[in-house]
Formats: sequence, C-alpha cells, structure tokens
Amino acid sequence: MDLDYGTKYEKYTKDVQSFCKKYKGVQFSDTPKVPLASNNKSGGHTVTRSEWQKILIENGYFARSVPKEYGGYGGDSDIIKSRIIATEFSNARIPGPMAGQGIDMLVPTLLELGTEEQKSMYIKPTLHGEMIWCQGYSEPNAGSDLASLQTKGELIDGNWVINGQKIWTSTAQYSQMMFCLVRTEPEASKHAGISYLLIPMDTPGIEIRPLVDMTLHAGFNEVFFTDVTIPEANIVGKRGEGWAVANATLGHERGSLANPNATMNRLNQLINRMKKETIDGKKLIEIPVYRDRLLKIQGKVIAFQSHSLRVLSSKLNPGQDVKIAKMIQKLVGTELRHELEGLGIDIMGELGTLYEDSPYLRDGGSWQFTYMYFLGLIIGGGTSQIQKNIISERGLGLPREPKVQGV
Amino acid sequence: MYFGLSEEQVFFQDNVKKFLEDQASLDVIRKIASGDSDELQKEIHQGLINLGLNALLIPEEYGGLGLDLLFAAAVSEGLGSGIAPISYIGSYIMAPIAIMHGGSNEQKENYLNKISSNKIKFGVGLSEYIAARDDSGLEVSKNKVNGKALFVIDGENATHFILSTKSGGMFIVESNDPGIELIKLTSIDKTRSYYEIILQDAKIDLLEKTTSSHEAINKTVDAGRIMLAADTVGASQVMINKSVEYAKERKQFGRVIGSFQAVKHMCAEMAAELEPCYSIVWHAAHCFDSTTEEARLMACQSKSHVSEVGKMVSKKATEVHGGMGFTDLLGLHYWFKRIGMNRQLLGSPELVRDEAGKIQGF
Ligand SMILES: Cc1cc2nc3c(=O)[nH]c(=O)nc-3n(C[C@H](O)[C@H](O)[C@H](O)COP(=O)(O)OP(=O)(O)OC[C@H]3O[C@@H](n4cnc5c(N)ncnc54)[C@H](O)[C@@H]3O)c2cc1C
Repeated sequence: MDLDYGTKYEKYTKDVQSFCKKYKGVQFSDTPKVPLASNNKSGGHTVTRSEWQKILIENGYFARSVPKEYGGYGGDSDIIKSRIIATEFSNARIPGPMAGQGIDMLVPTLLELGTEEQKSMYIKPTLHGEMIWCQGYSEPNAGSDLASLQTKGELIDGNWVINGQKIWTSTAQYSQMMFCLVRTEPEASKHAGISYLLIPMDTPGIEIRPLVDMTLHAGFNEVFFTDVTIPEANIVGKRGEGWAVANATLGHERGSLANPNATMNRLNQLINRMKKETIDGKKLIEIPVYRDRLLKIQGKVIAFQSHSLRVLSSKLNPGQDVKIAKMIQKLVGTELRHELEGLGIDIMGELGTLYEDSPYLRDGGSWQFTYMYFLGLIIGGGTSQIQKNIISERGLGLPREPKVQGV
Repeated sequence: MYFGLSEEQVFFQDNVKKFLEDQASLDVIRKIASGDSDELQKEIHQGLINLGLNALLIPEEYGGLGLDLLFAAAVSEGLGSGIAPISYIGSYIMAPIAIMHGGSNEQKENYLNKISSNKIKFGVGLSEYIAARDDSGLEVSKNKVNGKALFVIDGENATHFILSTKSGGMFIVESNDPGIELIKLTSIDKTRSYYEIILQDAKIDLLEKTTSSHEAINKTVDAGRIMLAADTVGASQVMINKSVEYAKERKQFGRVIGSFQAVKHMCAEMAAELEPCYSIVWHAAHCFDSTTEEARLMACQSKSHVSEVGKMVSKKATEVHGGMGFTDLLGLHYWFKRIGMNRQLLGSPELVRDEAGKIQGF
C-alpha cells in the first residue's frame, strides 16, 4: 500500500488549489436543464455553463486526454491528475464539469469507435456543453431486456429511415442529438440485428412527449419516430454491431451514475444540517440515535470512496484483480446515495417532507428530490436486480437462471 | 378468542374503499394534488361525512356512533388504501379524543355535538409537544396564546384548532380569531394539507383536564399514531397488490417478470413484512380501547414499526414496476409519498421508539 501520488504531483496539486481559490464561489448565469446539475450560489465569478466548460478544458481540468483538434485539452491520460482535480474541486466546492449522456457516454464511444468525420463534428460542441445528447435505448417492451428492441431502421436510397418508439429518454426535450439503438437487420439474431445511429432531434417525423416522474419534473420522455430520415453515414460501428458499440458505453454510464465524491459532499452537507437543526432546542448531531445513523452511513460512504481508490489503482496496476469490485459500483453507489438522502429526510422529521416552494424548506427540498431521483437511478441504467444477476452470474460464476418456456 | 376485524368493521371499511374507488379515482387525485380542485375535494369529504366518518368515535349521548378505536383503525386503513384526499386523523379522531379525555362536561357538550353534526371541524397541531422543530412553540398566559405551531394537520376548512404547549396543555382556538394566521406548507404528500399557525394574543379555550395531567394528550397522540400506522398499512397493501398485478403482466426476456425469483422475492418480502403490521395495528387499537397497561407501548411501536415497513414497501414496489414505477403514469408515487409523510408525522421512528423506551422505564 502506498497512497502517495509521488512528488511529481505535488506541484500539480498546488496548481489546482490555486485555480480553485481563484474561482471560489463561481456562479452560473444560466439555469441547469439537467437534473442534479451543480448549482453553486455563493458570490464571486459569474459564467455560463458553456463558458465554464471552456475554462476547465483550457486548464486541463476536463477532457484532459481528448485531442485538441476535437476540442479537448490534448494532454496525457493521467488518472492521478483526474483524481486530484476531482478531490480539490470537491473540497473547494467548485462546480465540476457538466455531466450528461453526451459527455459521459457518447464522447468516449466516438473516441473509440467513431469515424474521423463524426469525431470532428460532434465531440467539440458536446464537450463545450453546446450540443446536448439523449440516449435512445429503452422502449416500452425493451427495458431490462434491451436487446429485444424493435424500433426499425431501413436503408433506403442512401438514408436510414426510422420508425418506432423510445421511452424513458432523459433530457430528450432539451437535446440536439440522440444516440439511438435501432433494429436494422430483422433477419439476424436478437443481439446481431442492432445498429447504433446518431439522430438530429430536429429531423422531421420526431415527436417528443415529456413524461412527468415522481419528483414532479419531466425528467424523461417518450420519443416517437415516423419515417425519420437521416444520412447513411450517421452510424457508429458497422451495421449490426450496435450492441457491442452500446456495451462499450453502458460501462461508462454505470460508472458515472454514482459518483463517490458527490456522495461524500452530500454526507458533509448532511453533517452541517445536523449541526444546525434542532429538536426541542437540542442539536440533532448531539442526539445519540441520529448520531449513530449518521456515523453508520459515514462508514459506508468512506468505504465506497476507498473502494473507488482501489478501482482507480487497478488502472495503474494492471495485475490487480478488481473484477467484482468494479461490477458492484452501480448497485452499491445508487443504493447508498438513496439511503443517505433518506437519512436527510428522517433527521428533519416533518421538515424533511417539505417540497417545492414551501416555507421552512431546507436545502431547496433537495433531500426529497434526490431521495426519489436516486430511486430512479436504482432502476435506470440496469436495475439493482439486473446488477445482482450480473454480479452473481458473470462475477461469481453461478449458473444462469434456466430459461422458462411459455410464461 | 378472536383476533381480527369484526364483520361490521370489514363491511364499513369496504364501503369506504368502494366509495373512494368510485369518487377518488387517480384522475381525481391528480386534479386535487395539482391544487385546482377544491370542489371535488369537498364532495369527497362530504361523501365520507355521509358515511359517518366525523361521528365514529363520539359517544351516542353527543350524537355520535360510539364506536371504538379498532373501528377507526379499520377505516383509516381503508382511507390509506384509497389515499383519501380528506381530513380524518386530526379532525375526527384526535380532536374528539382530546375533548373526551381533556374537556370539562361543558366543553364536551359544546364541541362534541357540533363535530358529530358536522357544524364545526378541527385542525390539530401537537408537534410542539412531541418534537418542536425550528423555533416553533406556544406560550399560554391567562387565556391568550402566542407563538407558532408547525405541521398542523387537517387544517383545511377548519373552524377550530386544538394545539398544545410543550408541557402538554391542550387548548382550542377559533380560526376566525383576529390573532390567528394560517400559512400553508407544501409537502410531498399532496393528498392532505399541512399548515403553520402563527398566534398573537389569540383567545383560547383551555381543555380543563390537560393542565394537570398528560393523560389526555397522550391518549390523543397514541390514537393519532395508531391511525397513521393503519393508513400506512392500507397504502402499503395497495402498493403490494399493484406490484403483484404488474409482475404477472409485464414481460421481459420472453417471460412475465413475476417468474424471476428476484421479483418474486421482492413481492414475498413485502408481504412478509406487511402481514404482521396488520396484527400490531389492530392489537394496538384494541389495547387502546381496553386501556390495558401496554396501550402506550403498543401505540408507539405500531407507529414506528409500520413506518419502517412502509418505507421498505414503498421502495420495493416502485422497483418492481421498473421505469414505470418512477413515473406519474401509474400514479404509484402518491402512495409512496403518503407513506413517506405518515412516517414523519407525530414523531419520526427514532423519536417514537425513544418514547417507547421511556414508557417502559428504560
Ligand atoms: C430515472 C431514469 C432515467 C432513465 N433514462 C434513460 C435514458 O435516458 N435512455 C434510455 O434509453 N433509458 C432510460 N431509462 C430506462 C431504464 O434503462 C429502464 O427503466 C431500465 O432498464 C428498466 O427497464 P424497465 O423500466 O422496462 O423495467 P423492467 O425491465 O420491466 O423491469 C421491471 C422489474 O423486473 C425486474 N426484472 C426484469 N428482468 C429481470 C431479470 N432477468 N431478473 C430479475 N429481475 C428482472 C426488474 O429488476 C424490475 O424490478 C431510464 C430510467 C429511469 C428510471
């Protein structure tokens, strides 16, 4: 065990710290479209979200290893530096870069599998926050069983013509583009008939119907396609290889759904709340039952953060076995965050039930919102039950469930 | 020996459920939740008054039905299952109990008759007695009260309020007193309303027997807690039923999801945890009625235990529904939020358990 990053990172850490000092309290002048986007409100610089992206890229704090010609910083891929950046930003409460399906999933996919033209066309505006993407995978009858999707794509006169329906498409209503899984080879087997297409959302024939979710926001949508026609070149990978292309990015999504730094920040916010809130004049942090619940969950949060260090270490030390350690991240991270948010509600009692614009609202009602939102993330991106299937079957080598006929 | 609801109790509960199925469909609940349907809400309220909801517990000599708390619990279960968008626990259970146990003969005569004939309606706020949050609290001097009460329940169209001091003295204020101000709070639970009340030299009618003894306020809180637990049981059962139905219909991987052991086990775990909740709630209500020694302990434990089970059920049931559970399409979240609200009202689980410990002299 050696947790020292080495002397060559000392200066780097100082640089990041002085950047954080300079931008302490930076504020956004535009409102977030994406739920849970960080919304820092404490005076200081004011920038648009897109300007902030550019500042971060210029300094190498975001898109570090993305080549310059595609709008990135063009540096070496150095996960220790990425780690230092994340930690220092989190300590200084500086908003990190934008997240979202374009940045977290599409960009890595294009870097790995996109054509030169696709890379130069899409990556830069996406990194700059000027091109928002949505993920068109799930369909009414293809959720956990994603590979059974039926939205059809036919190649007619050099164009893809798409018909069908997607559902649960997060942020479709704000997106310029969708990366989408479409059945293009109806004759082929379930997994071999799918292609990965890039669809401009303003193409005629696309209808978006927002769906209100339990938080009472329209976080996701139904998207209908009627003879939606896009150029043949808007395919990533080859025809029928979409399943493999998508799986390259599902890994990215699962990693990004439960960020241990964000969980730690939230824990700290909870600690601060408990130092302020009182029952009959007594501070919550001093009430043994609440204190124990807090400390118990702190143990889990610290374990999860340490765990992410171990997974990180495996990237530097290829011999390290983290097969199962990696598989559990989505399951553990989303369940933990949901539990943490629930504790935030519980310690506040009735105050914790307040929502929207109520008097006495605490932290903008974010404990309720996030409690529900993370229940959504426990379901989205592969449910907890599916994660457990993966861990037990692919991780632990247990036999698969026998196929059941005719139920 | 017979442990369970009587035929009349089941019959009445079924009537309540049926009424709500007819009159308070999900579409109606949605309209009420969005806040622009006072009329619909009043109609539902009136319909339930016609069934006798306001008079359940009030003795016959005051024009009521003279039924017991177990009966009221059966009704509360029914209301929870239909996420009834009306006042009940405060107005028609806690308020009459407070007056019956804390009021003078004259006060009983005055208020109980009017509740049973639906001439007056009470909102109830005892949070300051149970656990004062923020800087809430009420000071009584002579026959005036000052301060603020938080999370007053059933304040909608109330003509009177029963509030309390930290030390457990309960008193009545009228909602048309010039010294009273009502501020609506917005919670996740849009099926019922919650208020803050600010009082400035408002005139009070002190419930006479509550100055020297905690008996009346404890009875009132115990009854409220049993009712909340029953409401959660009703709401949880609906979430389980919906999950089971959905699991039988929804297909993935070429089979109904209910054929996956993971889904079956979620359903079975919910059922296994909820079944004893019926038992503890009925038993607690029975102890309340027969004023056995363990009545207070049973009230506390039914509230805190059922709250924990409700939390688990509301999460798992949502999970069984996959993405559908997270949307407004099936409206599952109204039950989720009702259960979430019940958990925190009249003391969240830790606080109520602490009280259960004290009751036993631990
Ligand atoms: C907040 C949120 C955001 C989302 N965003 C997007 C998005 O942007 N783009 C997109 O394409 N999709 C998105 N989704 C969809 C998401 O990927 C699906 O909801 C998820 O994969 C589950 O599919 P389903 O909803 O059809 O549930 P189902 O697959 O019908 O699952 C229902 C229940 O059955 C269980 N189940 C199913 N199969 C098995 C099995 N083999 N073994 C054991 N249990 C099983 C599930 O665990 C679940 O409990 C989002 C979902 C949510 C909740």
